[in-house]
Amino acid sequence: MLHCESSNQIKQELNIMSDHDIIDQVLARHGHDGSRLMQILRETQEQLSWLAPATLTHIADGIGWPRAQVSGTAAFYSFFHTRQRGKYCVLWSDNITDRMLGNAELMDAMCKKLWLEPGRVSEDGLVSVNTTSCTGMCDQGPALLVNYRAIPRMTQARLGEMVGLIREQKPVAEWPAEWFEVEDNIRRKDILLGHGLKKGQALKAALERGPQAMLEEIKAGKLRGRGGAGFGTGLKWEACRNASGHGPNPAHYVVCNADEGEPGTFKDRVLLTSYADLVFEGMSIAAYVVGARKGLLYLRGEYRYLLEPLESALAARRSAGLLGANILGQGFDFDIEIHLGAGAYVCGEESALIESLEGKPGRPRIRPPFPVTRGYLDQPTTVNNVETLAASCLIAAHGGAWYAGHGTEKSAGSKILSVSGDCERPGIYEYAYGTTVRQVLEDCGATDTQAVQISGPSGICVGADEFGRRIAFEDLPTAGAFMVFDETRDMFEVARNFAHFFAHESCGFCTPCRVGTTLVRNTMDKISRGHGSPYDINELFKLHRVMQGASHCGLGNSACNPVFDTLNKFRPAYERRLKSLDYEPAFDLDAELSQARQMTGRDDAAAHLQTKETT
Amino acid sequence: MSATFQLDGEDIPFTPGQTIMQAAKAAGVYIPHLCWHPDFPAHGSCKLCTVKLIDAHGGRFGSSCTMEAQAGMSIENRTAELDDKRRTLLQMFFVEGNHFCPSCEKSGNCVLQATAYELKMMSPHFDMFYPDRPVDASHPDVLLDFNRCIMCSLCVTASRDVDRKNVFAMGGRGILGRKIHINSESGRLADTDFAVTDRAANICPVGVILTKRKGFAVPIGERRYDKAPISEQVKEPTA
Repeated sequence: MLHCESSNQIKQELNIMSDHDIIDQVLARHGHDGSRLMQILRETQEQLSWLAPATLTHIADGIGWPRAQVSGTAAFYSFFHTRQRGKYCVLWSDNITDRMLGNAELMDAMCKKLWLEPGRVSEDGLVSVNTTSCTGMCDQGPALLVNYRAIPRMTQARLGEMVGLIREQKPVAEWPAEWFEVEDNIRRKDILLGHGLKKGQALKAALERGPQAMLEEIKAGKLRGRGGAGFGTGLKWEACRNASGHGPNPAHYVVCNADEGEPGTFKDRVLLTSYADLVFEGMSIAAYVVGARKGLLYLRGEYRYLLEPLESALAARRSAGLLGANILGQGFDFDIEIHLGAGAYVCGEESALIESLEGKPGRPRIRPPFPVTRGYLDQPTTVNNVETLAASCLIAAHGGAWYAGHGTEKSAGSKILSVSGDCERPGIYEYAYGTTVRQVLEDCGATDTQAVQISGPSGICVGADEFGRRIAFEDLPTAGAFMVFDETRDMFEVARNFAHFFAHESCGFCTPCRVGTTLVRNTMDKISRGHGSPYDINELFKLHRVMQGASHCGLGNSACNPVFDTLNKFRPAYERRLKSLDYEPAFDLDAELSQARQMTGRDDAAAHLQTKETT
Repeated sequence: MSATFQLDGEDIPFTPGQTIMQAAKAAGVYIPHLCWHPDFPAHGSCKLCTVKLIDAHGGRFGSSCTMEAQAGMSIENRTAELDDKRRTLLQMFFVEGNHFCPSCEKSGNCVLQATAYELKMMSPHFDMFYPDRPVDASHPDVLLDFNRCIMCSLCVTASRDVDRKNVFAMGGRGILGRKIHINSESGRLADTDFAVTDRAANICPVGVILTKRKGFAVPIGERRYDKAPISEQVKEPTA
């Protein structure tokens, strides 16, 4: 505090903006509105590097919120720093696909070069290196974030250069531009990616139909949510349209869920990179149908680099009369605002996303009421996936019957898959619904495939005998992830990576998920260390049963899926690690000496107990 | 005649809008719970009150504190399957925090302990996490021992809705991060306007919020749940 004030004084004398001035500017830009806390915290941190205790107090005073709520929100999100961080904050994406591409070795090498322990800021405050959940670059990993800027395709050579730039303290903005280039890797187009629509064409068609007729077309097109759950889009929009607003400021809202956090999924990144107009147009159509004047796009923090291009796309739409007041001269007013997330997978759940939009920790709400009646700011809100909204443009332009003519009976239209892992051509593949897993594997150049994880860790793991199954709501529903594992991969390690992911991302609200995800992770680690027994397998099944029924939201309910699937389908991957005992203690006498070894800097043979059998 | 639903085969009357938990409480039937309190809206975090709604597909689980009662519902409560799940949830609470009943001032008045006795939890079962949770003894009249926190948020709600002080907020994420945030820059209770007379000071179901200089005024053995199991005190007022 004292330090902070004196540095503020020094800054005043030097005529530099004090921290308080900077925060005040951010607060003013957001109208001192607490519901915009996420954006206030992010913009403040981008300028001050971290969120010091005094900073949080000043922000709390500025928005008139209890300080504890502000610090509670700041502490919830991985990308907010309530402790001083290094000048360079390096976060390695730690999805299984990054692992398969060698991220662990690269990160280890980086730490060695920088004399660092993972997760700790260097003594001189220069740099910290750690892991983060999947950053959505699975087709071009290993990937990382440096000061929240995405860098894909890391190599040993690039690593050496990067360490040099960090040591020289070269600003990230001056790093080689090609490092930050993210590729679309679109490998197969179907009706959506090959849409051929002109900017404004779909919106114009929707406005000509009128809201009720447009809604009927969506229903006739049998459009279902592309986030994985597959709820009928027409039903959702209709429920939102029919709900009335509440209180002194009644309104309806459209929210685009671009919090693409499911490991292995990156199709929304490509849609927002190269099809942003289609997404914004879909939001506008949704708004027209439900009667909203404002839309919010919730963009995951990992895609921070897309913020400026998306803002430009919005500005261009405004000047083209496709956004703002009196759109296309039809008396329809609508505008879109972009909100950035800050590293929390659970915010992909629609009610947690809304909490986050309101400046709170991303904790899923108790439902009912559902967002369509009481959502953002307690008003009727439709939350739709990026791809769903883009697809609605096709229905606006070509009609529901045309759209329903694609795909299968229960799954109309097409699905974009994010293909990664063991294949020659990872990237974006769009198919009409009903395509087999085998077809996708052929197209992406996958050979000797052992398993495919469909729809990410919370989805389903299919083995070779199931490759005839189809991508469709009635068979294999998916949010889009398609991670391929060939015969050389250890499916136990795949499941263990996912167990770590869920333990890290559990919001902590309900008991079964908060504690259960950690117990699953610990049990998987125990088996990995060679201390597991059949007893532990039974424990995993028991935890699965408790978590699946009792958890508050989908995260806890599906957190055991990868363990459950691999246990059932790839049991030998577990069993070869087990000791043939009924019970095996979790502790290891030799491991208990690890602290002593660390303190004495020893790791020679004499510093270890001879507890391991020699084979 | 009012509408009813079935709870373990017994007809429970309810008024429209009541939850399963509220109706059961009014009828004197015990559904295990930790975070629910009759004076406040349901929080729905502990999941001890999970019941099974029997339907055409067999049944589905749900929190009885948030599930609205409907006429003709058939609900399972104290079945072996559900009590087994609850026992596991209780064990989760016992290993994620630091609960040493023999030395705890709340022993005998503690809802967590009483529920564990009720459900015959014989051991913590899982490996203990032994988290590092500092004690806050800064306030002149109240001690905060977060080792025992079960994240029920009752203190948050009471301070916000009754005391109008917002002394507490639940923040952070996951097993390591989630915790009560105190409304002061120092994070100390002494630097807030918290008072021992606040409703929030007297609502903790476990031994986190303790009044100083009142320790062991009632001897262990003569406390609320020493006298009768928690399941037999459904009609008694809640603190």
